[in-house]
Amino acid sequence: MAISVRGLTKRYGDLLAVDDVSFEVAEGEFFGILGPNGAGKTTTLELVEGLREPDAGEIRLLGLKPWPRNSALLPRIGVQLQASSFFDKLTAREQLETFGSLYGVSKGTAADMLELVGLADKANTRENKLSGGQRQRLSIACALVHDPDVAFLDEPTAALDPQARRNLWDVLRAIRERGKTIVYTTHYLDEAEILCDRVAIMDRGRILAMDPPATLVRGLDSATHVLLAQGTLPVDQARAIPGVDDASEDGVSLSLATHDPGPVLAALAERGTLDGLQVRSATLEDVFLNLTGREYRA
Amino acid sequence: MTVFTSLSIAAIKGFVRDRVGLFFTFFFPLMFLIIFGLLFTDNGPKQTKLGVVGDGPVITALRKAEALNVTTVDSVDAAVDQVRKGDLPAVLTERDGAVELRFAASDRVRAGTVQGIVGNVVNQLNLAGQPVRFHLAQQPVEDTSLKPIQFVTPGILSWSLASSGVFGAALTIVSWRRKQVLRRMRLAPVNPLTVLSSRLLVSVGIGVVQAIIFIGLALTPPFGLKLAGQWWLAAPLLVTGLLAFFAIGMLAASFTKTEEATAAVANLIVLPMAFLSGTFFPLDNAPRWLEIVSKCLPLRYLNDGMTAVLSRGQGVEAIVTPMLVLLGFTVVVSAIAAKLFTWEDS
Ligand SMILES: Nc1ncnc2c1ncn2[C@@H]1O[C@H](COP(=O)(O)OP(=O)(O)OP(=O)(O)O)[C@@H](O)[C@H]1O
Ligand SMILES: [Mg+2]
Repeated sequence: MAISVRGLTKRYGDLLAVDDVSFEVAEGEFFGILGPNGAGKTTTLELVEGLREPDAGEIRLLGLKPWPRNSALLPRIGVQLQASSFFDKLTAREQLETFGSLYGVSKGTAADMLELVGLADKANTRENKLSGGQRQRLSIACALVHDPDVAFLDEPTAALDPQARRNLWDVLRAIRERGKTIVYTTHYLDEAEILCDRVAIMDRGRILAMDPPATLVRGLDSATHVLLAQGTLPVDQARAIPGVDDASEDGVSLSLATHDPGPVLAALAERGTLDGLQVRSATLEDVFLNLTGREYRA
Repeated sequence: MTVFTSLSIAAIKGFVRDRVGLFFTFFFPLMFLIIFGLLFTDNGPKQTKLGVVGDGPVITALRKAEALNVTTVDSVDAAVDQVRKGDLPAVLTERDGAVELRFAASDRVRAGTVQGIVGNVVNQLNLAGQPVRFHLAQQPVEDTSLKPIQFVTPGILSWSLASSGVFGAALTIVSWRRKQVLRRMRLAPVNPLTVLSSRLLVSVGIGVVQAIIFIGLALTPPFGLKLAGQWWLAAPLLVTGLLAFFAIGMLAASFTKTEEATAAVANLIVLPMAFLSGTFFPLDNAPRWLEIVSKCLPLRYLNDGMTAVLSRGQGVEAIVTPMLVLLGFTVVVSAIAAKLFTWEDS
C-alpha cells in the first residue's frame, strides 16, 4: 500500500474539517478525491503529506509516518499545493531549477520538465507574468521535477484550458504507467471519471462513497435520458412509447427517462424523429449530486 | 549545485530584481550621508573661535584684532573641557603676564589658525614693550571630538546595515510564508538551517557591498572621510552586527503576517533604535537616561565599534566588547524568534 489512512480526524476550533476518514491507496493507483468546496479535501491531502498534525488517526505513507516531518519520506513524495508557491521574482526556469535543487535534480532535468508541461517558450518569463493556467502548469512541474513515487496534486487542472488539461492528462497517465501513485483532487467530474482508478466522494469531512467511477455510476441505477427538440413529439405520445418511464418538457427540449434505451430509440427512429437527438446516461456528476445534494456550500 | 548555493542564488536574484529594495538598501543611506555629511561640514566662512580665561594686554589686543571670535570662559578647567568636547578649537589663558595657549590636537587646521594669529599678536606686543614681557607657551589638549564626517560615516553606515539586516530577513521570511514557499520547502528534504544560513550569507554580502559603496563615497573630497589605521576591523564587526539584525528581522517576521505589517514593525524597531543609538547625532552631550537606553540597543554597539575602528584609529580591543554583545543579542533574539516561528499563517 502506498497510503493507508485510518480514523483520520482534524478540527479547526469547532469545525470538524476531516471526520474519521479511512482509505487506502495501492501503489500505482490513480486516486481521486472529489467533493464540494470546504469538504475537507485539501485538509486530508495535507494531513497525509505531513504538513499538518492530525488530531486523531493513523497515517502510513509508503509505510512511514509523515508527522512529524520525516526527511526519509520527503524525496519520495511530490506535492502541488492548492495555492501556488513560488520564490520572489524568479523566472519559470529558475523556479523549477531552484525547487529541483532542493532534491538534487540537475538543471537539464528541470528544463525537460518545463518542456513536458508546455512552458518551454515561457522559460525566461517571471512567475508573476505568467497566466493563471501557465502558473498552474509550472506549479505541477515543480511538484514532479524529482520524479516522486507518490504525487499529491490539489486541483491541478483548475484554471487550465481544454488543451492544457488534456496534455496534463497525458502527463499524469504517463507517470502512472511507470508505476507511480497519484492522489489528486478535482472539481471536473468528467475528468475524474476518465483518469481515476478509484474516487472518494467527500462532504463535510466524511467520505460518502469510494469506488471505481464506473461502479459508482452503475450503483446509482439512474435512468438514461433521451433528449429531443421540444415540439417534435407531444408529451403524452412520448410517455406512451414502450420502455419510457417518464417524459417532461423544460421549454427547450423534451426529455424521456428510460432504463432500456434500445427499444425507445427504435420507436423514435420509426417515427423519424431522430434529428438533434441526444442520449445522456448517468455520470459521476449524477452520483456526486445525488450524494452531496444541490444546495450551495459556504 | 548544492541546495545552499541554489537558494543563495535565488535570494540574490530576488534581491537584485527588486528595484525599490535596491533603492532603500543602497541609495537611501547615501542620501543621508549627503545630507548630514555636507550639512555638518559646510560651516561657511565663519570666524574661528577662541576661548579666553583671565585678562591682560594679549587678550585685549586679540579682541581688537577681530581676527578671532573671542569668548570669555570662567575657568581654565571649563575651557579645557570645551576644547576636549570639540566646542572650542583652542583656549588662551592670561594671568600675571603669563600667556598659555591650549588647542585641540585633532583639529590641526583651526588650531593652526589660532596659533598663527595669537603668535602674531604676542610678537607685536613683545616688540612694543622693550624687554621680552610675554612668552607664549603652547600645549596640545588630547580631545575626543571628531570632524563631523568621521562620526557621520560610521553612524549612518551602522544604521543602514541594521536597516537592511532587519528588513532583508523579515520581508524574505514573511513573503516566503505568505506565498507558501516555506510550506513547500518544508515538504522538500532540506534542512531549515540551510535555508536560513543561505539567506543570512546573502544579507552579509549585501552589507559588505553597502559598506564599500558608502565608505567609498565618504572618502571622496566633498566629504573627506579619513579612514583610521585598522579600518578593516570593521569587517568582522559588520558580520556580527548583521547576525544580530538578521535575528531581529526573524523575530519581526515571527509575529507579523503581511509584508506591510512587517515593514511597519521593522521601521518601528530600526528608526527609534537609530536615533537612540546616536547613529545620526553623536550622544556625547546626551542626558544620562538616553545613555542608559542606548546601551541596551545592539545598534549602539555596532555604531561605537565602527566609530572606534573607522575613525578613531582604535584597535582590536575596541571591537571585542561590541562583538560579544552583538553575538549575545543574536543568541537571545534568535532563541525567541525560533520559539515564535510559524511555517504558515494559520
Ligand atoms: N487553516 C485553517 N484554519 C481554519 N479552518 C480551516 C483551515 N483550512 C481549512 N479550514 C476549514 O476546513 C474546511 C475544509 O477545508 P479544505 O480546504 O480542506 O476544503 P476543500 O475540500 O479543499 O475545499 P475546496 O474545494 O474549496 O478547495 C473548510 O470549512 C475550511 O473553512
Ligand atoms: Mg481545497
